[in-house]
Amino acid sequence: MATATAKTPTDRGGERSASGTAPARRLGPLRRMWRSSIGKKTVMAVSGLLMLGYLVVHMLGNLKIFFGADEFNGYAHWLRTIGEPFLHHEWFLWIARVVLVAAVVAHAVSAYQLSRRDLAARPVKYAHRKARTSYATRTMRWGGVIVGLFVVWHILDLTTGTVNPRGQAGHPYENVVAAFTTWYGNVIYVVAMLAVGLHVRHGFYSAAQTLGATRAGLRRGLSAASNVLAVVLTAGFLSVPIAVMTGAVH
Amino acid sequence: MRLTLRIWRQRGPEDRGAMATYELDGIAPEMSFLEMLDTLNEELADRGEEPVAFDHDCREGICGACGVVIDGQAHGPEPTTTCQLHMRHFSDGDTIDVEPWRAAAFPVVKDLVVDRSAFDRIIGAGGYVTAPTGSAPEAHSTPVPKDAADTAFEHAECIGCGACVAACPNGSAMLFTSAKVNHLNSLPQGAPERETRVLDMVDQMDTEGFGGCTLAGECATACPKDIPLPSIAAMNREYLRAVRKG
Repeated sequence: MATATAKTPTDRGGERSASGTAPARRLGPLRRMWRSSIGKKTVMAVSGLLMLGYLVVHMLGNLKIFFGADEFNGYAHWLRTIGEPFLHHEWFLWIARVVLVAAVVAHAVSAYQLSRRDLAARPVKYAHRKARTSYATRTMRWGGVIVGLFVVWHILDLTTGTVNPRGQAGHPYENVVAAFTTWYGNVIYVVAMLAVGLHVRHGFYSAAQTLGATRAGLRRGLSAASNVLAVVLTAGFLSVPIAVMTGAVH
Repeated sequence: MRLTLRIWRQRGPEDRGAMATYELDGIAPEMSFLEMLDTLNEELADRGEEPVAFDHDCREGICGACGVVIDGQAHGPEPTTTCQLHMRHFSDGDTIDVEPWRAAAFPVVKDLVVDRSAFDRIIGAGGYVTAPTGSAPEAHSTPVPKDAADTAFEHAECIGCGACVAACPNGSAMLFTSAKVNHLNSLPQGAPERETRVLDMVDQMDTEGFGGCTLAGECATACPKDIPLPSIAAMNREYLRAVRKG
C-alpha cells in the first residue's frame, strides 16, 4: 500500500528563517520555545502572574497604614525578619527582590521582542482606520512602559528615599505621608496606579489564554476575575494617597 | 444607487501605490460587492483604463479568495465573505474605501490582490495527516467521538481567506493556524503527528513574519466562518503540551 507523506521531516519548518539561524526543530525544547511567539508569550504570562501575585500582597500590606504608624512600621520591620532564624536578616526580602527583578526583565524583554515582531508584521496602515479594540488592549505597550518607569521612581521614593521629601530609613509611615504631601508625588502615583489597573485588566485574562484556559465557564470566571483584580488593586493602592490628601492619614 | 469608491491602485509589487477615487452610478442593491467591482471594471475597460485587479473564484462564500478590506473592515460590514456582501448594506451617496489585506506576510501583488502563499507554507509545515491514500477507508474503521468530530468540524470550516490576519492589529495568523491545528489535533487521524504538527506550524507561522496574539479579538470578529477566539488558547495549550512532551 502506498503511503503518502506531504513532505519529509527535513523539508519542514525554518527554511525561510530570515536570520539564517538553525531550523527550529533541531533546537532543544527550551531554546525552540524562546524563539517562538507562543514561547515568549508564555514567559510574559508566567512573569506577569508572578508580579501580579506580588502586587496583591503589596496592596494588602499597604492597607496597614490605616491602623497607625506603629502597626505599619512594625509590619515593614517584620518583612525584614521573614524566614529567621533559618534565613539571615533581610535575606527573604533580597530573594524576593531578585525574583521580582528577574520577572520584570523577562517580561520587558519578551514584550519588546514581541512588539517589534507585531509592528513589523503590519508595516502599512489602512487608509480607513477603525479603532475597535478596548482601551486597555490598546494601551498595553505604553501602559507597561509607564508602570516600568514608575517602579524606578517608586524605589527611589520609598525604598532608597532619594527623591522622598523626608526619606528617613526605618520610618516608612512617615515617608509615605511625606511622599503624598507633594503634588507631583500624588500625580505620578495616581497615573501609575490607573495604568496598573488597565494593564492587569487586559493582562491577567491574556495570560490565562496564553497558558491555554479554554473551557467556557473557566474563561468567564477569569474574565470577571481580571476586572475584579484590576478594580480592587487600583482602589486599594489609591486609598493611601487619598487618605493622606484628605488628612485621614497624617 | 450612486457611489464614490476609493480603491487602492498599485501596478505591481514594487510600485508605491495610492488610493484612487471613482464615481459609479446605477448600482442595484441586490448586486454583490464583487458584481459592483465588475461593473466598475467594465466602465474602466470601456474608457481604456486598467481594470482593478481583485481575487475571486467561487462567489458562493466557500473558497476564501475574495478578500478585501472595505471601510476598514475585512470583507466589509457583514460577517461574510466579500462575494456574499450585497450592496443593500450601503446607501446611495456612500463613499466606500477598498484596500488590500495589509500584512508583511501578505505582500501586494497588484491593486487588491495579495500573495497568501504564506498560508500554504504553514499548511505544508503540518496541516495534514499522514495516511494511506488511494481508496476511501471503511467509514467505521476509526471511530471518532461526537464532541471531537464537532470540534474538528467547527475548525475545518476555515477557508483560509486571511481576514483574521487583515483584521489583526499585529498582522497575526494565530486564528488561522489554530483552526488548522485544532481541526487535525482533535481527531484520532491527527494523533500520530499531534506534537510535531503544532510545533512546526507555529515555527513556520513565526518564520513567515506574522505577528503574535495580543487578544484584541479582531480576528474572530472578522472571520466569515465564525472560528472562535478561544481556538487560539486551545492552540497555545497544544503548543505547551507538545513542548512538555519534547
